[in-house]
Amino acid sequence: MSMDLDLTEIYEVFFEECAEALEVMETGLLGLDLGSADLDTINDIFRAAHSIKGGAGTFGFMEVSSFTHGVETILDQMRDRTREVSEEAVQLLLESVDCIGAMIQALKSGESGDAEDRPTLEKRITLLLSDDKSDSPRAESDTDEDVDQTTDKREPDGEASSIWTIHFAPSQDILQTGNDPIYIFRELAELGDLTVTPDSSQLPAFSNLDSEVLYLSWTLTLISDTDQSSIEELFEWVSDQCELKISVVTPTQTAEDSTTESKGSEASSANSKTEKAKDKASPATKVKTQQPAKSAGANSTTAESASIRVGISKVDSLLNLVGELVITQSMLKRFGESYNPELIDELRDGLNQLERHTRELQESAMQIRMLPIKSSFSRFPRLVRDLSNTLEKKIDLVMSGENTEVDKTVLEKLSDPLVHLVRNSLDHGIEMPEVRKANGKPETGTLTLSASHQGGNVVIEVEDDGAGLNRDRILQKAIEKNLIAAGDNLSDERIDNLIFHPGFSTAEAVSDVSGRGVGMDVVRRNILDLGGRIRVQSRPGLGTTLRISLPLTLAILDGQLVRVGDEVYVISLLSIIETVQLQRSHIKSISGKGEVYLMREQYIPVVRASDQFGIRSADEAEADLLVVVEAENIRFGILVNELLEQQQIVIKSIEKNYKKVPGLTGATILGDGRVALILDVPGLMQNLINPSALAEETDSIAA
Amino acid sequence: MASNALKQEFSADSGEFLTFILGGEEYGVDILSVQGIQGWNGVTRVPDTSEHMLGVINLRGAIVPIIDMRLKFDLERAEFDSTTVVIVVRAELEEQEHILGLVVDAVSEVYKIDRKDIQANPEFGAEHNTDLVKGLITIDEKMIIVLDVDLLIADWTPENDSEEVAAA
Repeated sequence: MSMDLDLTEIYEVFFEECAEALEVMETGLLGLDLGSADLDTINDIFRAAHSIKGGAGTFGFMEVSSFTHGVETILDQMRDRTREVSEEAVQLLLESVDCIGAMIQALKSGESGDAEDRPTLEKRITLLLSDDKSDSPRAESDTDEDVDQTTDKREPDGEASSIWTIHFAPSQDILQTGNDPIYIFRELAELGDLTVTPDSSQLPAFSNLDSEVLYLSWTLTLISDTDQSSIEELFEWVSDQCELKISVVTPTQTAEDSTTESKGSEASSANSKTEKAKDKASPATKVKTQQPAKSAGANSTTAESASIRVGISKVDSLLNLVGELVITQSMLKRFGESYNPELIDELRDGLNQLERHTRELQESAMQIRMLPIKSSFSRFPRLVRDLSNTLEKKIDLVMSGENTEVDKTVLEKLSDPLVHLVRNSLDHGIEMPEVRKANGKPETGTLTLSASHQGGNVVIEVEDDGAGLNRDRILQKAIEKNLIAAGDNLSDERIDNLIFHPGFSTAEAVSDVSGRGVGMDVVRRNILDLGGRIRVQSRPGLGTTLRISLPLTLAILDGQLVRVGDEVYVISLLSIIETVQLQRSHIKSISGKGEVYLMREQYIPVVRASDQFGIRSADEAEADLLVVVEAENIRFGILVNELLEQQQIVIKSIEKNYKKVPGLTGATILGDGRVALILDVPGLMQNLINPSALAEETDSIAA
Repeated sequence: MASNALKQEFSADSGEFLTFILGGEEYGVDILSVQGIQGWNGVTRVPDTSEHMLGVINLRGAIVPIIDMRLKFDLERAEFDSTTVVIVVRAELEEQEHILGLVVDAVSEVYKIDRKDIQANPEFGAEHNTDLVKGLITIDEKMIIVLDVDLLIADWTPENDSEEVAAA
C-alpha cells in the first residue's frame, strides 16, 4: 500500500462502513436467541464481518483482516449449524466486535491498527474453534482441518503436495470491474508450482476484437500443499463473475474429486495462513469481561462523524422544492421586466407562492439534519446486557419511539447524558433480584427508554421500576453539604431535584458504574446547553422516571425581537412566560447588589439589558417593559424598551469566526440583512444566581 | 481573469498583494487571503469585547467579526468616511476556515511582488503589534508594510483562551 495516492478519503469511507457493519454485528448478536438462532440474523452478522474483512484486506490493514477472519469462521460454522450458538460464543463475538472497533479507531487516529485485547481474544477464538475437537490429535498438525471441516469436508488432509486443477472462465466484462486475472495468477504462483494454459477458442477475428472484453479462459495446474479455501480466497473478488472449478488429485489418496461450484462471496470461510501460525500457540488465557465504561466510551467517539447519511426521499423532496422555487422566481422576474398595475394581483399571488415555497424548502432542509433517535438508543441493549452482568442484576430493556427524529447535533450531544442516566438507573435504581423478590416485585427489573414528539419538543424518558429515590438520604446529604438548612420544609419534588446539584451523590459506595458525584449535575448542564430541561419523578418503592425535554432542532427557534436602546436582540419564545408593563415603584434594589420586581405578590430578579450589554444608546427611563423569562424553574425579568415582531429565526454561530460571548447563544440575520444577537436565558440566569444568592433568597420568599 | 493570471504566473516566489492605507502608511496583504472588499455599512455591536472589535456583520449568511485596524494598531481613531472600506480576509486554522473583516482608511493598489524582496521586520523590542508584520518591501520608492493574515486571524483565538482562563 505504499502508493503516493492520497487514500485518506477512501479510508474515511471504509471506516464509516466498518462502523455501520460493526453496528449491524452488535445489534444482530444481541438479538440472537441462544440455542435457536435465526439464520437470517446470523447471515447478516456474517456478511457484516465479511465486508470488514474484505475491506481491511484491500486497504492492507492486515491485523483487522486476519482477526476478523477468525470471527468470520465462528459465524460461518454457526450458520452451517455445525456450531451451537452458545452464550460463550456470543460473548466472545461481542468482545471481538469491540476489539475490531478499537482497531478501526486506532487506524482512524493514524496509529497502527492494533488493539490491546487482540492477542488474548485471538487466542480465545482459536481455542473456541479447536475446542469442539479437542480430542483430535490432528490439531497439532498445521492443516486447517479442524477449522475447515465444516465447509470442506472432503478436503484431503496431510501435508503432501496435491495437484490442483483449476478451470477459470471469467465473464467477458470482468476487466471493466477492475479485476485482472493476471494478479490472481501471480498470487497462485506464490502458493506453489503453477502452470497456466489459456483457452483462446472464443477469440473473435481481429477486426471484431474489442480490447476491453476478455475472450480467454484458462486451465491452471497448481502443485502445492495448500488447501482449497486458500485457493478459493484468491478468487473471492471475482467469484460472482466467473465460472470456477477446482479439483484436486493427491498422491496420498485415490483421486477424490472435490469440485465446488463457486457461488458468490460465500466461497471463503477458512483460516488464513497468518492465523495458522498463531493457532499453534499455547492454550488461551481467560480474560476478564471488558469494562463497560470502556465500550461505551468507544461508542460515543465513533458516533460523532462529520458526515450524514440522508434518505434519498428527503433529497428528492428538496430538489423538487428547488425546482418549484425556480419556476416561481422566473414568474416573478416576468413582473419585474414589464411592470403593469393590472397584474398586481398576480404579483401578490406569486409572492405568496414564493413565501410558501421558501418555508417548505426551509423545512425540507431542516429534515436533512433530522435523524431517528434509534442511532443513539441502539447502544443500550449492549450496555444494559454488560452492566446487568457486572452488577448481577436481572434487567429487561424496553425501548419505544426509536424512530422519533431529532436534530443530529442534539442527538450527538444527548448520547453521553443518556448513557449516564441509564447507568444510574441500573446501578442505583433497580434492586438486586433477592431484594426485589422480598419486596414482592418480579425478580427481573424493567428499564424503559422512550422517545416521542410533544409539541415543538422531543421528550425522552428513562424509567425504571426500582426502589425510587431515597428522599431521607438526599435530605440528609443536602443538609450535610449545606445546600439546604436543616429545618427547611421542602416538597417531595424539590427534594428529588436536589440530585442535580453539583457534587451530589447518594451512592453509599463509589462503584465502577456510577456514584462519583459528578454525574447528574453534568447531565443537567449538558441538557441545558441543548436548550432542554430535565426533571425527575420518583415514587418510593415503585421506580424513578427521568424526563428530558429538548427542542427539536438547534438551528431554528421561534424568537421574540426586542429593542434595547437602538439595538435589537432576540429572546427565545420558549423561555418567555409573559411580558408586563412596568410600574417603576415596584422595582426594589436589594442591598445594592441587584434589583427585584414585585409582580403579583412575588419578587422576581430583574436584569437590565442595557447594563448587561453595555448599550450606551439606551435611555433608562424609557425602558419600561419587563420580559419575564424562565430557566430551570427560576423566573426573572429582562428590562427592555420595546417588543418588536415575533419570527422564526435561524441561529448562526458567533464562535465560528469570533468566540463565545457570555450571555449570548448566537446571532441571527434579520429580514433587512442586519445581524441581531440572541440572548442566552439560562446563561443569564446562571450569571444572576451565581455567585450572588439573590435567586435563592427570592425563591424562599416565593415558597 | 484573475485565475488565468494565477495559473500562468503563480510561482512560489511571486505573488500579488493588495495594499491599503492606514494612518498615512501603506499596508499589504496577500491577495489570496482576501475574500472581498466592501463599503462600511455599520455593524451589530457585540457586548463585552475589546475596543478594536467593532461588532459583527452578515456576510452571505455567516457572522463575521469586524475589527478596526486603526485601533488594533493603536493608531488615532478616525471618522469613517466614503473611502472607508472593509477588507474581508480569511485563513485556515486547524482545518477550520476563519473569516475576519478589517476596517481600513482606503484600499490602494494591487502589486505583483517577489516574495524574496520582502525584508525582515526590524526589531522593535517589546512592541507586540509588529508581530503581525511579516516584513517590509519597497515598491515605486514607497514602503509597504506586509501583514501576515494568518497571524492576524490566529491572534484572535488566544484572546478566546485567555478570557476563558480568566473566567475560570
